[in-house]
Amino acid sequence: MTGPAAVAARELARAHAAGERDVIHTVRTAFDRADEVGPGGENLNCLLSSDREAALTAAEALPAGALALRGVPVVVKDNIATLDLPTTCASRVLEHYVSPYEATVVRRLRDAGAIIVGKSNLDEFAMGSSTEHSAFGPTRNPVDRSRVPGGSSGGSAAAVAAGIAPIALGSETGGSVRQPAAFCGVVGVKPTYGRVSRFGLVAFASSLDQVGVFGRTVDDAALGLAVIAGHDPRDATSAAEPVRDHGGERGAPLRGLVVGRPREYFADSLDPRIVALCDRAAETLRAAGAEIRDVSLPHTALAIPAYYVIAPAECSSNLARFDGARYGLRVEGDGLSAMYEATRSRGFGDEVIRRVLLGTWVLSAGYYDAYYRKAMQVRALIADDFDRVFAHGVDCLLTPTAPTPAFPLGAIADPYEMYLSDVFTVTANLAGLPGISVPAGRVDGLPIGAQLLGRRFDEATLFRAAFAIEAALGEEAHR
Amino acid sequence: MTIDEAGLRRVAALARLRLAGDRLHALSSQVGSILEHMAALQAVDTANVPPMSAAPTAASALRADDGEPLPLAIPRDRFAPAWRDGFFLVPRVASHEGEPTGDA
Amino acid sequence: MTAGAWEMVVGLEVHVQLRTRTKTFCDCAVAFAAPPNSNTCPVCLALPGALPVLNGRAVELAVRAALALGCTVHEDSRFARKHYFYPDLPKGYQISQYDRPLATGGEVGIGGDDALAGKRIGVTRLHMEEDAGKSVHDRFPMATAIDLNRAGVPLIEIVSEPDLRSAREAGAYLRALRRLLDYLDVSDLNMEEGSLRVDANISIREAGSESFGTRTEVKNLNSFSGVERALDAEYARQVAVVSSGGSIEQQTMLWDESRGEIRPARAKEGSHDYRYFPDPDLPPLRLDPAWITAMRDALPELPDARRLRFERDLALDPVDADALVADPMIADYFESLARNHGDAKTAANWVMGEVRAALKSSDGGIATFPVPPEALAGVLDLVRDGTVSTTAAKRVFAVMREERMSGSSTGAREIAEREGLTQVGDADQLEQWVDDAIAADPDTWARLVAGERKLLGVFVGSVMQRSGSRADPRKVSQLLSARAAAP
Ligand SMILES: [Mg+2]
Ligand SMILES: [Zn+2]
Repeated sequence: MTGPAAVAARELARAHAAGERDVIHTVRTAFDRADEVGPGGENLNCLLSSDREAALTAAEALPAGALALRGVPVVVKDNIATLDLPTTCASRVLEHYVSPYEATVVRRLRDAGAIIVGKSNLDEFAMGSSTEHSAFGPTRNPVDRSRVPGGSSGGSAAAVAAGIAPIALGSETGGSVRQPAAFCGVVGVKPTYGRVSRFGLVAFASSLDQVGVFGRTVDDAALGLAVIAGHDPRDATSAAEPVRDHGGERGAPLRGLVVGRPREYFADSLDPRIVALCDRAAETLRAAGAEIRDVSLPHTALAIPAYYVIAPAECSSNLARFDGARYGLRVEGDGLSAMYEATRSRGFGDEVIRRVLLGTWVLSAGYYDAYYRKAMQVRALIADDFDRVFAHGVDCLLTPTAPTPAFPLGAIADPYEMYLSDVFTVTANLAGLPGISVPAGRVDGLPIGAQLLGRRFDEATLFRAAFAIEAALGEEAHR
Repeated sequence: MTIDEAGLRRVAALARLRLAGDRLHALSSQVGSILEHMAALQAVDTANVPPMSAAPTAASALRADDGEPLPLAIPRDRFAPAWRDGFFLVPRVASHEGEPTGDA
Repeated sequence: MTAGAWEMVVGLEVHVQLRTRTKTFCDCAVAFAAPPNSNTCPVCLALPGALPVLNGRAVELAVRAALALGCTVHEDSRFARKHYFYPDLPKGYQISQYDRPLATGGEVGIGGDDALAGKRIGVTRLHMEEDAGKSVHDRFPMATAIDLNRAGVPLIEIVSEPDLRSAREAGAYLRALRRLLDYLDVSDLNMEEGSLRVDANISIREAGSESFGTRTEVKNLNSFSGVERALDAEYARQVAVVSSGGSIEQQTMLWDESRGEIRPARAKEGSHDYRYFPDPDLPPLRLDPAWITAMRDALPELPDARRLRFERDLALDPVDADALVADPMIADYFESLARNHGDAKTAANWVMGEVRAALKSSDGGIATFPVPPEALAGVLDLVRDGTVSTTAAKRVFAVMREERMSGSSTGAREIAEREGLTQVGDADQLEQWVDDAIAADPDTWARLVAGERKLLGVFVGSVMQRSGSRADPRKVSQLLSARAAAP
């Protein structure tokens, strides 16, 4: 890897401030790398838009002094509002839409001196687990072009894996950062619900959505999170918890740390090679002083059914605003209803339509209690499972991030089978917990991620363990 | 509990989606099979379980009544699909579409 | 069955716009008649990614209203999404409170009107919600124009129990409710500007029945009198349908004020499935019970209590007391006048007579009335101590109003003296005017002397006129009686 992503983001920012590296050169290198993997080259299709001139102008306009991300190239998922690049959500309905305002997380990136390289591809409106459901073509996995990068934040994961930028923003609703991080062999963190502002993140399922961060390394992810985290008065669900830079957890001792191994995440049907890699990661923690303890989260199997009631229900509501009246695509029809229907039927792809229909159904008269209310009760049971384990002295949990490595493009046609790709990640979204995926090794040359889940607002413990795994495995994590 | 084509058509109308015959057919079987997996929820005893609060953060943050609106970097007429004299324009509400009877 | 055998059953839904500076969930200004869409932002335009944050002042005003209605204000209430597609509803849903409203279980007392006085109407619930925008259908051909300035403006919806039994009762309830809200200063309460809107649910049943008939919802009610006329019309329609063997269909009816007609709305009830669910963008609204108590303690004196106090402490009769409390600022003016002058009854007469007449003939309200109650008390004092006649006092008041409008602050006594309006009690002067009056009409005087006592008033009037209203009418009357008795 030769791009700026080969250098840690923290070091890059320091070197820029110290005058040891030229910001303009760094930004050019990032764009050059994007070109190499772009349409004329490997054609990963990880970026939907980028603007080299605008980025260089922004780089030249950086104020003097030390900034956390001074001159660091960052990629932003295309469902996060930016002023200078379109925000399409990989949907026809927003194909040419440029946001008149900017997301809080993007403003925080810019204030920290980051340079936005481009907007990354995703499953339309973040609905999917492979980035194949983009209206603008699938993204390919840089590790193996014949395979998916995971999703929905596949473009961001691929951009970091391909070395365009050391840091990228993604978004999570059911694992859309952790799962593609695992598939592409990078680090992906999904913060506690409320840790990061959702203002400017185009809503898919508001009670589950959270902006997440990809890093080439654990420290890149920690730095990116430190910049974007914190209370935002424009998001009533954002928390007023103090924010720390978890880079400080690197090398922190693990003595006394209790790591749970939930048996429901290690079913007999799971690929034993994935189990072995997770156990190897657990072993590195044990060797560093942690205690590994078998635990049970009995309602885990209900997570996918609950998730696929709640997420589509909220999605059907959140996507009602795409009606062709005020912005975005309008397909004219004879009268108002015809315009609505033509716009929405042509503007949304099949996966989005499936979820809108599913969500409308479960909220409709006579079905609300049986589906939505029931799912919210089950959700409470799933959250209770975690609370109970954490209340009994377990500090974090270690699981596989996904049940399989990256699968070939087009391999999964059945929607429900695709949903099962999130089986180990949706639980954290349902319970509002933080999670992180770190590279744990490879199976058949394909990256496998180990997932750490923790208490609400205790990202620190996750980073401490993630740093330890990263340090212990070294290059083994990518072999 | 599952969904037939008529049910799906009703739901599509509520969601303002018009689905051609074969698309509707395919979707109804897909949505139907997804719903079958949801049956697992019905088997869970939740008699004494309060539903999880929709917004997991605890406190409700209230806003002071003295803020300035977030400015629009792009004027409204530039992002509006149709605009005239300061108004967003939509196709004339046809007589059969009626007025909403449930609005504020 | 005759119409008289059918009882009208009515419940009202009243939407009241709260008087805030900004909208419910965004920082846009709330302003009437601003250029279209000028008060819109990413949040109220429902741009992708924008989020609502609740206006604390709107909560305060809603809680005030709920407490004044005697409702229980809940420590934990929720916002839900109510879904339907319409171009003036930008998000495709309205944020409204549904299964966990802000407040429940209050009542409104109907006062004043003799026949209805004392009746109390139950309030089922009071909840907060946001307004929709405005669709303009007649401005452009082939297109509907959308103005979203009003989208997101804070409202409370006050739902009454079906306790109302006549159109007149519905009108009295609305007037009592408006008076109450006026006291709280929570809204402009202007029906023309849409800051107060009324929908009615109406059904009929056989007199004496305890069950309810199928109800219709009547919309497009633009005034309180319109509500009364619409209810009578809908009542008559329902009675006619049922009397001829038909049955009432649950539907929405629209009132056409100009034609005085009621007709069914085009969209059928039941075609709506609002798919309510708790809004995940908004945490539950949690209110501290101590704060709710403090809000209750800070409520102003409400019209019912004030009316009773006027009757009890100031010895006003119920009709006067009710009229005075109708407008809280008028009532304040009256109280200050009574305190400064000392005689509540006189103060009441002046406020309801001269002051109200003066307000009616000018554009301003009591807030901008040029004569403060302390100054008017000076005028009333002059009458009581016999310095001016009541007639002259009215003249002093008129002059004072005129002068105060141009910034003068001259007192009542000074005006009375300068204008020569002080009463003349001097016997010689009075005798002179009496002589003149008799000399001017000797024939009538002769009839009076002959015993036609009712003619005394003619001569009192004549003397008063000669004196320029400055003569003390009591003394004039005594003097004339004495002369007639001993000519
Ligand atoms: Mg309402
Ligand atoms: Zn606004």
